[in-house]
Amino acid sequence: MKKLLLLFALVIFSTFSFALKVGLSISTLNNPFFVDLANGARDKAKELGVELIIVDARDDSAKQLNDVEDLISQKVNIILINPTDSDAVVAAIEEANNANIPVITVDRGASGGKVLLHIASDNVAGGRMAGAFIAEQIGAKGKVIELVGIPGTSSARDRGKGFNDEIAKYPNIKVVARQTANYNRAEGLVVMENLLQAHPDVNAVFAHNDEMALGALEAIKAAGKIDDIIVVGFDATPDALESVKRGELAATIAQQPYLMGSLAVEKAVEYLQTGTIYFPVELQLVNQ
Amino acid sequence: MLKKILDFMRKNPALVGFIGLFIILSIFTDSFFNMNNIINVFRQASTIAILGFGMTLVIISGGIDLSVGSTFALSAVVMASIVKGGNVLLGICVGLLIGAVMGTFNGIVISKGKIQPFIVTLATMAIGRSLTLAYTKGIPISLFPNNFRFLGRGDVLGIPVPVLIMLGMFFLSLYILKKTKLGLYIYSIGGNEEATRLSGVNVNRYKVVIYMLSGLFSAVSAIILTARLNSAQPTFGQGYELDAIATVVLGGASLAGGKGGVLGTLFGALLLGTINNGMNLMNISPFYQDLVKGIIILLAVFLEHQD
Repeated sequence: MKKLLLLFALVIFSTFSFALKVGLSISTLNNPFFVDLANGARDKAKELGVELIIVDARDDSAKQLNDVEDLISQKVNIILINPTDSDAVVAAIEEANNANIPVITVDRGASGGKVLLHIASDNVAGGRMAGAFIAEQIGAKGKVIELVGIPGTSSARDRGKGFNDEIAKYPNIKVVARQTANYNRAEGLVVMENLLQAHPDVNAVFAHNDEMALGALEAIKAAGKIDDIIVVGFDATPDALESVKRGELAATIAQQPYLMGSLAVEKAVEYLQTGTIYFPVELQLVNQ
Repeated sequence: MLKKILDFMRKNPALVGFIGLFIILSIFTDSFFNMNNIINVFRQASTIAILGFGMTLVIISGGIDLSVGSTFALSAVVMASIVKGGNVLLGICVGLLIGAVMGTFNGIVISKGKIQPFIVTLATMAIGRSLTLAYTKGIPISLFPNNFRFLGRGDVLGIPVPVLIMLGMFFLSLYILKKTKLGLYIYSIGGNEEATRLSGVNVNRYKVVIYMLSGLFSAVSAIILTARLNSAQPTFGQGYELDAIATVVLGGASLAGGKGGVLGTLFGALLLGTINNGMNLMNISPFYQDLVKGIIILLAVFLEHQD
C-alpha cells in the first residue's frame, strides 16, 4: 500500500514537474481571427499534453510587454508571441532572450531580438492579392474605395500597403476614398452609406477585414447596387465565407489562423523535445 | 483597537486589497513571490500610477480629465521623433511641454468657458488622438539611443528607473497636496468651489494649474513607457484614462471632490498591477479577467462606503 502511494506520488510529481509550459501572448482576443489562432494552439497543446498559458494584450503593446514579463516570471519553457506591433514587440523578445527562453513569433513578425522561428501569413502579400483580384475583376480600370482598419495597427498598415502598392500598377484605377471603419461591421455600414453618397459610381471596395466588408455590403445592398460593386474582405471568417458562397461578397483573403496557432505549438514542443525543428519546405510560410 | 483597525481598513481599501492579494498570490502561485516578479509588478504599475497621481489632483479638485491617454500618446510620439533624431534631452523637454500645453488648454477652456470638465476633456481626448495619428500617419516611431532607453529599462542599485520616477512623482504630488497653497486650494475648490471663490481665491487660475499638472504627469508617464517599449505607438494610452480614474477611486478619493490623497492612488495602481499580473500567473482565461477586475474594484469601493 505504501509502495503504491509512493508510486502514485511519483507519477503526480513527474507529471507536474516534467509537463512542458508553453506561453502564448496574443495581440487581441477581441477578434474572431485571433480567437481562432488561440483555439488552434489550445487544441494542439491538449493533444500533445503540454500546458498552454494564454495572455491577451488587447492590442496594447505595453500590456503585451507586461504579459511577456509575467510569462517569464512563470518560467515557461518557450514563448509564442503574436505581436501587436513588429517594432514594439522587440523589447519583450529581448527580455525573453535575456532569460534564455526561446521565442516563436506567430502571424506578425518582429523587427529585432532573437526569434527561433516565424510562423506567418503575410498581410502585405494578402493586401497585394486583394488588389490584383479587384484589378482583374473590374478590367484594370475604375474607381475603388478602401475601408481602412483601426488606424495605427500593423494589420491595417500592412494590408493597406500591399493593396495600394498593387493598385499603383494600374494607372486607370483610382482609389477615390480611403476611410476607416475601425474593423467594425456597424461602422462599415455607416461609412459605406456615406461614401456611396459621394461616389455612387464606385466599382469596387476593399475592406481590411471581413467585418467591415460585410457592413459595407449591407449598405451596397440597401442602395440596390449589389450587381455594380464588388466587395473584397480579409480573414475568411465563417460569416464571410457564407456570404461568398451566396455570391454576395466577391472574395475574402483567407489566412489560416487555426492552423497557425496549432503549428506554432507543435513546432514549439518539437523544439523543446529535440532541440531542432523539422520543416518540410512548403510549410515554412503559412500563406493565404 | 479592533474598531480602529477596521476603520483604517475601510479608509484604505486599495492598501488592504493590495496586501490581501499579495498574500493570496504568494501562497497560491509558485511564481508570484520572487524578487523578479515583484519588480515586474512595480515597474508595470509605474505608468498608470503616474497618470493616477495627476488624476488625483484633478479629482480632489472636483474635476475629471479624460484626455490623459491621448495627451500621453501625443507627447510620446512627438518626443519619440525628436529622440530618434539623436537629441534625447530636447525630445524629453518637448514631450513635457506638449503635456503641459494640452493640460493648460483643458484648464483654460474649463475655467474661462465654464464648461464641465467631463465634456471638455472628452473633446480634447478626441483631438489629441487625432493629432497623434496625423503626426505619425499611423506608423509607430521606434528604436532609440541607449541613454534614452535607460529611462525605461535601466536600474539604479537594483531599483528600476521607472519605479524611481514613479516614487519621485509620488513625492512631488504629495508635496503639492500637503505643503503648498495650491494643495490647500485643490481640496478647498473640490469641497466647495463657490465658497473658495468668495473667500478671494482666484479659482480659475488654480484650475488651469491643476489641469496643466495632469497633462505634465501624462507626459512623464509617456517618457517611461516609450523608453521601456523602445517604441512610441499611435495607439498608445487608449483606455488609460479609465485605469487612472480607477486607481484614484480605489485609493479612496471621491469623484465628488474634496477628499483623497496620492498614497491611496499609489496603492490603487499597485493593486491594479497586481490583479493583472496575478491573473496572468494564475492562467485565468482572458475572457474572465475584466470580470475579476470589476468585482475587485466594486468590493474595494463598497468596503470604503460602509459606515
